[in-house]
Amino acid sequence: MKAPVSWIREYVDLPADVSTEDLAARLTALGLKLEAIEKSGDQITGPLVVGRVLTMEPEPQKNGKTINWCTVDVGEANGTGEPQGIVCGAHNFAPGDLVVVILPGGILPGNFEISARKTYGHLSAGMICSARELGLGEDHDGIIVLPADAGAPGDSAFPVLGLDDEVIEFEINPDRAYALSLRGVAREAALAYGAPYRDPADRAVPAANDQGYPVEIEDPVGCPVFVARTVTGFDPSAPSPDWMVRRITQAGMRPISLAVDVTNYVMLEIGRPIHGYDADKLTGPIRVRRARDGERLTTLDGVDRALSTEDLVVTDDSGIIGLGGVMGGETTEMSATTTSVLVEAAHWDATSMFRTGKRHKLTSEAGKRNERGVDPTVTEAAADRVVELLTTYGGGTADQGVTVVGTPPAQPSIAMAYDLPARVTGMPIDAAVTVTNLEAVGCVLDKGDTGLTATPPPWRPDLTDPFDLVEEVARIVGYDRVPSVLPREAAGRGLTREQRLRRRVGRTLAGAGCVEVISFPFVGDAAFDALGLPADDVLRRTVRLANPLSSEEPSYTTTLLPGLLKAAARNIGRGATGVSLFETGTVAFPVDHGPAPIYGVDRRPSDSELAKLFEAIPEQPLHLGVVLAGERERAGWWGAGREAGWSDAVGLVRRLGTELGVDVEVVSAARMPWHPGRCAQVRVDGVEFGHAGELHPKVCQAFGLPPRSAAVEVDLDFLMRHARDVTPGPDFSTYPLAKEDVALVVDAAVSTADVEAALREGAGDLLESMRLFDLYTGDQVGAGRKSLAFALRFRATDRTLTEEETAAARDAAVALAAERTGAVQRS
Amino acid sequence: MSGPNTDYDPVEVTPLKSEEVDASRDAALAAIAAATDLAALKQVRIDHAGDRSPLALANREIGALPPQARKEAGQRIGQARGAVNQALAARQAVLEVEHEERMLVEETVDVTLPTDRVPTGARHPITTGSELIADIFVAMGWEVAEGPVIEAEWLNFDALNLGPDHPARTMQDTFWTDPPENHLVLRTHTSPVQARTMLTSTPPIYVVCPGRVFRTDEYDATHSPVFHQVEGLAIDEGITMAHLKGTLDHFAASMFGEGINTRFRPSYFPFTEPSAEVDLVCFVCRGAGVLDGASCRTCRGEGWIEWGGCGVVNPRVLTACGIDAERYTGFAFGMGIDRTLMFRQGIEDLRELFEGDIRFTTAFGTEL
Ligand SMILES: [Zn+2]
Repeated sequence: MKAPVSWIREYVDLPADVSTEDLAARLTALGLKLEAIEKSGDQITGPLVVGRVLTMEPEPQKNGKTINWCTVDVGEANGTGEPQGIVCGAHNFAPGDLVVVILPGGILPGNFEISARKTYGHLSAGMICSARELGLGEDHDGIIVLPADAGAPGDSAFPVLGLDDEVIEFEINPDRAYALSLRGVAREAALAYGAPYRDPADRAVPAANDQGYPVEIEDPVGCPVFVARTVTGFDPSAPSPDWMVRRITQAGMRPISLAVDVTNYVMLEIGRPIHGYDADKLTGPIRVRRARDGERLTTLDGVDRALSTEDLVVTDDSGIIGLGGVMGGETTEMSATTTSVLVEAAHWDATSMFRTGKRHKLTSEAGKRNERGVDPTVTEAAADRVVELLTTYGGGTADQGVTVVGTPPAQPSIAMAYDLPARVTGMPIDAAVTVTNLEAVGCVLDKGDTGLTATPPPWRPDLTDPFDLVEEVARIVGYDRVPSVLPREAAGRGLTREQRLRRRVGRTLAGAGCVEVISFPFVGDAAFDALGLPADDVLRRTVRLANPLSSEEPSYTTTLLPGLLKAAARNIGRGATGVSLFETGTVAFPVDHGPAPIYGVDRRPSDSELAKLFEAIPEQPLHLGVVLAGERERAGWWGAGREAGWSDAVGLVRRLGTELGVDVEVVSAARMPWHPGRCAQVRVDGVEFGHAGELHPKVCQAFGLPPRSAAVEVDLDFLMRHARDVTPGPDFSTYPLAKEDVALVVDAAVSTADVEAALREGAGDLLESMRLFDLYTGDQVGAGRKSLAFALRFRATDRTLTEEETAAARDAAVALAAERTGAVQRS
Repeated sequence: MSGPNTDYDPVEVTPLKSEEVDASRDAALAAIAAATDLAALKQVRIDHAGDRSPLALANREIGALPPQARKEAGQRIGQARGAVNQALAARQAVLEVEHEERMLVEETVDVTLPTDRVPTGARHPITTGSELIADIFVAMGWEVAEGPVIEAEWLNFDALNLGPDHPARTMQDTFWTDPPENHLVLRTHTSPVQARTMLTSTPPIYVVCPGRVFRTDEYDATHSPVFHQVEGLAIDEGITMAHLKGTLDHFAASMFGEGINTRFRPSYFPFTEPSAEVDLVCFVCRGAGVLDGASCRTCRGEGWIEWGGCGVVNPRVLTACGIDAERYTGFAFGMGIDRTLMFRQGIEDLRELFEGDIRFTTAFGTEL
């Protein structure tokens, strides 16, 4: 909402020395937030002065145009006092007229610099300005001719044209629709300064009679009040007065024609949107009803619209002539030949307005006000004001007929205890302050012993609850008076176990050289294809969005890998030689429990209702994804670097397992997007929770990643659920250690984990630890075979082991490995 | 050797002559002094103090002397050997010190060589920033609550007093899952977590809810369809706006430094009534609006930074969520984590947070 300060001051007697900044600050403190302060003449640099035309010589040109060679008295503004010679193309003035002159050196909007220049055989030293050139709106028929008393030649034209006017732009919250008018803004200004206020809607109006245009309301809920007035003999070519054009422009709207400008002006002034019909195009009585199935209307913007049975329409005998309160129809539109105007000032149901506007994607200044709620009691005043302005400036006469159908809806009564404002705000607000402030915003109070009953003013449909009244009282007392007090110490239990573990996971990965990223969780078939997922892959079953950002990525993701792989490729593309990234984020899998219910809000849903609500929500586990691409260890003076590979990926999962106290099992698996021979499935207690390994070469290629890039994706929620809760203190022996190394030859397909497991089991309790320290393939063991060398460490808890005991344990280990895996001890 | 030769006169044994012993001792001492390193000294030790050294050999001859001569010869040899061993030990100590000093010099390396064999990792500033905020509230005894991002429409809107006709519920503002009749949305704020907390627990409630939220905004330097929010909720007996102010002032000071507090401006949110916008004293110019004579860039000269929204929880919300609105009052607040980090860390373009460029993230290390 843009409010010219001079217009505000018309309704409120602000002290003369109140600055625009101070006014804006006080109104902001009341809840009308300052967006900007602008001056309409901001883009004009003078000298811009009043001039009197002394002479004008019409000079026909070869191109058929006639220009006027003028001399203009600009007083002392040109430094000489001599008349200024200026060429002017307009003809709507005569010698003796006062005009607006910009002299050489001045700048007009659009950074248009004025200089003395030769044109049409004269040296034209300046320009006689039109409204358009000054950014003051559209031209009617040439340059601005000022009223005879506008000033003397040489006076600055800025104040004369209102170019000095400051305009405050406010951001108006949805609950303060009344401030979408000067009437409302001025009322707040009066409140801010305790200054006297004159309500522009407070005017004597002619009484309703039965000679007005016939109107019938079939839906009094949708349209409680409809006022119709008629003006006849209106001159459609009459211009809007300059002051009106200026104010409409300052308020951010575009002047169009007198009839339209008047309706807009009154809307800005009083807040009530007005619709004007060409009365000669109306046939039969006006009716207001809901649209019927299949009905259509071509609105003023030329769009043919299918109507909904919820839409409120205005009809006459010809059919539908307007979408009530939102936009008129083409057939009864006012035009350049309209001489009879039917003025409609109606009150519309805000919710219907909002729904119709949303349904038809129609936003307008009128709709904006109607859907937020307008004072229902100002329809007659607004219509009368329109009639006044149309007859004053358009020369018509007002019909005697005054149609008023319906009555404004009653205001609610709100009961509130006197101590509620203090109890809610923590400010020492007593009953007297409460009463004063509520009356100041226009509430009518019925005061009891312990509380009051307030009837809010009709322009405040937002006031419905006691807490709404508290806000009114508090904002006038001043939010800056709210004390700063800490609540009592809460008995919190700290972070949850899961929250602590999540931090630990992040730190572990960062400690391992991985950089965390956050990607958008949207995915599409292209990414699934690039990952090489088969058509029936479970990851392709997604939660789809009805209105995705991009049709290429219509779903909430089921995997973190696309985002990670793209981020890795982006880093490589920007010159990184190696990149290790991780992300923890939720993915989503659809559930099939039907739609989520919508419950009422007058009570808490029951536990079973809540359970039904919760179960309709897609499964959203927290995943961890890692991508390792290119150099994992750098080359340097210490020697060669090392490229990332499958073992880095699997190693990270194992490391996390160690951090969280989970025994992670690793088994080989084949799963896209991983390399089928270099993919590990990771499990806890035999249950899979993700995969790690080298990416399939095709996937590296598809994402533009270096060959042999590796990746991890695991269900982090699952892993954290299995995290050890209480770690028992370890019991370890200090007796001497006995070492045994064994080298076992097995078939190449036998997994190390199986050999290890057999050795461990065979060695029994005396085995303290075991570690693979060498892997050999080659001639010495033969093709298709491999040699695994393990270091076994034995120790007893209660004695020093004898050589025989150690050897026996070792032999048992080897024997079981031989039995289970066909291992042969290498001599 | 035979028994004591008590009947004989002293026998001449050349190696035991005083001048011979002195000569051997002097030769040994000279050799010790001449040894310049530990290896040379080791040879000297063998030559002059070893089993086959002159003094050792002389010592063996003592038995050949008549008893009355043995004592004197023994003393002479002993003194000589003592002197040699002492000199050896002293020289050994000196040479060891010299050796160590030389070794330490020789082993000098250039410690300015790079050591970045394994690249450094980092956590995302949104993660660490959220943790910082959580820690500030946990220190006040609050808890951290979380919830799903794909959320029931009822929890995201209705329960929070955003009725069926609230403008935010349109496709223009909110991501809906397909079909929309399933009444599931990508949560537009973390407030449904507050609703869940109220629905599933009883007051007193003090929770802070950081998390990822979604709105169908365009993606540019200051807007993102995916962003992060932190909201707080306190429900207790006797809670007022003053407690809200106190909590936010404490939060501001913890996050931005002592003396940085907040101001309230009246505003409108369906969830709260009364509602306020929260501004933060600019922590760069400390509210002055000017810095080094120029208008402060962080607050654009206003001295205040718009931080978020807050208010007293609307009793309608309490009722919908099963809290006795007669007995309890509450306050709630919310602000953007991304935006808070942008002005706290001086990040110019929001998109940097979501691009995954390691140069951006590693700048923040593992903690904020
Ligand atoms: Zn500043």
